[in-house]
Amino acid sequence: MSMTTKETNPMAVAGPALVLLGLAVFPAVAPHFGLDYYTGFVMRMLIVMLIATSLNYLMGYGGMVALGHAGFVGVGAYALVAMTEAGVTNAWALWGGAMLAAAVAALLIGAVSLRTKGVYFIMITLAFAQMLYYLAVSLRVYGGDDGYNLYSRPVLGFGLDAADDATLYWVVLAVCAACFLFFHRSVGSRFGQALVGIRDNESRMMALGYPVFLLKLQAFVIAAAVAGLGGALMVTQNSFISPSSMHWSQSAVLIVIVVLGGLGHRWGGVIGAAVWVSLEETLRMSTEYWHWPLGALLITIILFAPEGLGALFHRSPAGKGEGRGGIFYLLRRSA
Amino acid sequence: MDSIFIIEQLINGIGYGLMLFLLAAGLTLVFGVMDTMNLAHGTLFMFGAYIAATVHEASHSFLAAVLCGVLVTMLIGALLEVTLMRRLYKRNHLNQVVATFGVILLADDFVKWMWGASPIMASTPAALAGPVQLLPDLPYPSYRLLILVAGVVAALALYVVVNHTRLGMLVRAGASDRPMAELMGVRVQSVFTLVFVIGAALAGVAGALMGPLTSVQIGMGEGILIPALVVIVIGGIGSVRGSFVAAMLVGVVDTAGRAFVPPLLREVMAPALAADVGPALAGIAMYVLMAVVLCFKPGGLFPARG
Repeated sequence: MSMTTKETNPMAVAGPALVLLGLAVFPAVAPHFGLDYYTGFVMRMLIVMLIATSLNYLMGYGGMVALGHAGFVGVGAYALVAMTEAGVTNAWALWGGAMLAAAVAALLIGAVSLRTKGVYFIMITLAFAQMLYYLAVSLRVYGGDDGYNLYSRPVLGFGLDAADDATLYWVVLAVCAACFLFFHRSVGSRFGQALVGIRDNESRMMALGYPVFLLKLQAFVIAAAVAGLGGALMVTQNSFISPSSMHWSQSAVLIVIVVLGGLGHRWGGVIGAAVWVSLEETLRMSTEYWHWPLGALLITIILFAPEGLGALFHRSPAGKGEGRGGIFYLLRRSA
Repeated sequence: MDSIFIIEQLINGIGYGLMLFLLAAGLTLVFGVMDTMNLAHGTLFMFGAYIAATVHEASHSFLAAVLCGVLVTMLIGALLEVTLMRRLYKRNHLNQVVATFGVILLADDFVKWMWGASPIMASTPAALAGPVQLLPDLPYPSYRLLILVAGVVAALALYVVVNHTRLGMLVRAGASDRPMAELMGVRVQSVFTLVFVIGAALAGVAGALMGPLTSVQIGMGEGILIPALVVIVIGGIGSVRGSFVAAMLVGVVDTAGRAFVPPLLREVMAPALAADVGPALAGIAMYVLMAVVLCFKPGGLFPARG
């Protein structure tokens, strides 16, 4: 079968546009069906999608498997809390500050971590994330182990009322969509292509004269800044943050989400987060034993569709015909 | 803080280090020989602890408890290898991490269903309840002494197997250059299964012995998995000798951090601040050690591959 390139394929434009439209009208429609509760749920899912997409950018395109992404989410969240305590109330300033804080942390951590590769890189990012975790636990001013409660939501300005869930939802949706667009454009840019080149063959890119270390560091900082933004949005929504959201298992879950959705696939983070967060929510409500179906799903995906759910419906990111994990490949093999 | 307290804490640290080594040895062998990241190793540790505690409760024989714990853990390890791990050896590390993370989720729910969600009691054997007089002023719990002895024995046995037997030679050959070992006619499949089961046995021993000291509960495997991973990374992945040295380092640094840092801080800063910072610094100590080692030696202390 011949597939047109993504840019000329009408589905590639229409699909996401439809999804975006659906998400945009959701809070307006939901109350009529008694689904008010799900406005908050979808907002949470959007934020997880944003964080997962930033990790997908780092892992899938940059080839850097970091087991400490939840650490940067936490840095963003606690930066928002610290600035609120200092008297800042403007949401945009708070979110920007959170991004900046996460970016600075990533600059320092990345400068050390990027000296290592492979499993050593996984472990050293874990080590730094654990240090941030223990730092958050020791911050008694911000609640320590018990976490911190925000008294009121930040002010959005422009006549928008953050206390209204639907309004905040639309703002979060706009922010997330803007970030997705940024990542999409970034992957296509010279910088993004150089990054993919480094992922595929680092020594060749070095021989070609690319500043490999700086490019990787730049990608690391960008991904962390967006993760920090995700953390800040999370506190804005919940008005609560505790160190448990920085625990290493949260970083592991983020990796799992990305691989589930499709590593290096444009919608990998989005699909993975949508599937994982909804499954978690429904399973948790219906049974006490809600872990094992997720475990079984992960093992099944790895054994039978190792390129993730995203690759089942699209060409493989490597672009070598249909992906080995593609649904057509599976169908042909089982035929 | 007197010298007796310091000596006691150092011995505790070595005991913890030996237990970490038992786990790390299995992890590093599996990684070195099969090039496979196995997050479910902590799960085997948890099974060892649960089974030993259950058998001890039922039979009142500690020896039987440890033996059963180890044997059943080996069986679970073999089952895991045959059904899942075998299919993952050729995959990339990320696939292995995600699939074995799935195993953790499955196993945790299984344990919850089998033993319940709350921690279970694992008692020390009655014969080893009292202390032993190590030095005139230093009584030491005899159970902890047993752990020390058992850890040393297991480490020595592993050393002999790896360095002085034919199996060990195959394992070392596989770890340093797997394709070459395969070309030389090593039956890698059976070596792989054996290595995985040996790793499971060591994890089972550690679980059965550590049970009475820590609480036997869901998540105990993940709790000790991270220090064990830190150990194999500091030691250099694939090197048994490296993970022994690193396990001692991590065991002593972690225990010393918890025992000495809070009292030292109380002397130099305000008590309220020390109470905040002390536990955090103690928790961080092990990770700082790893970051410093990797900063200067990005391949660990004893890189197995050149």
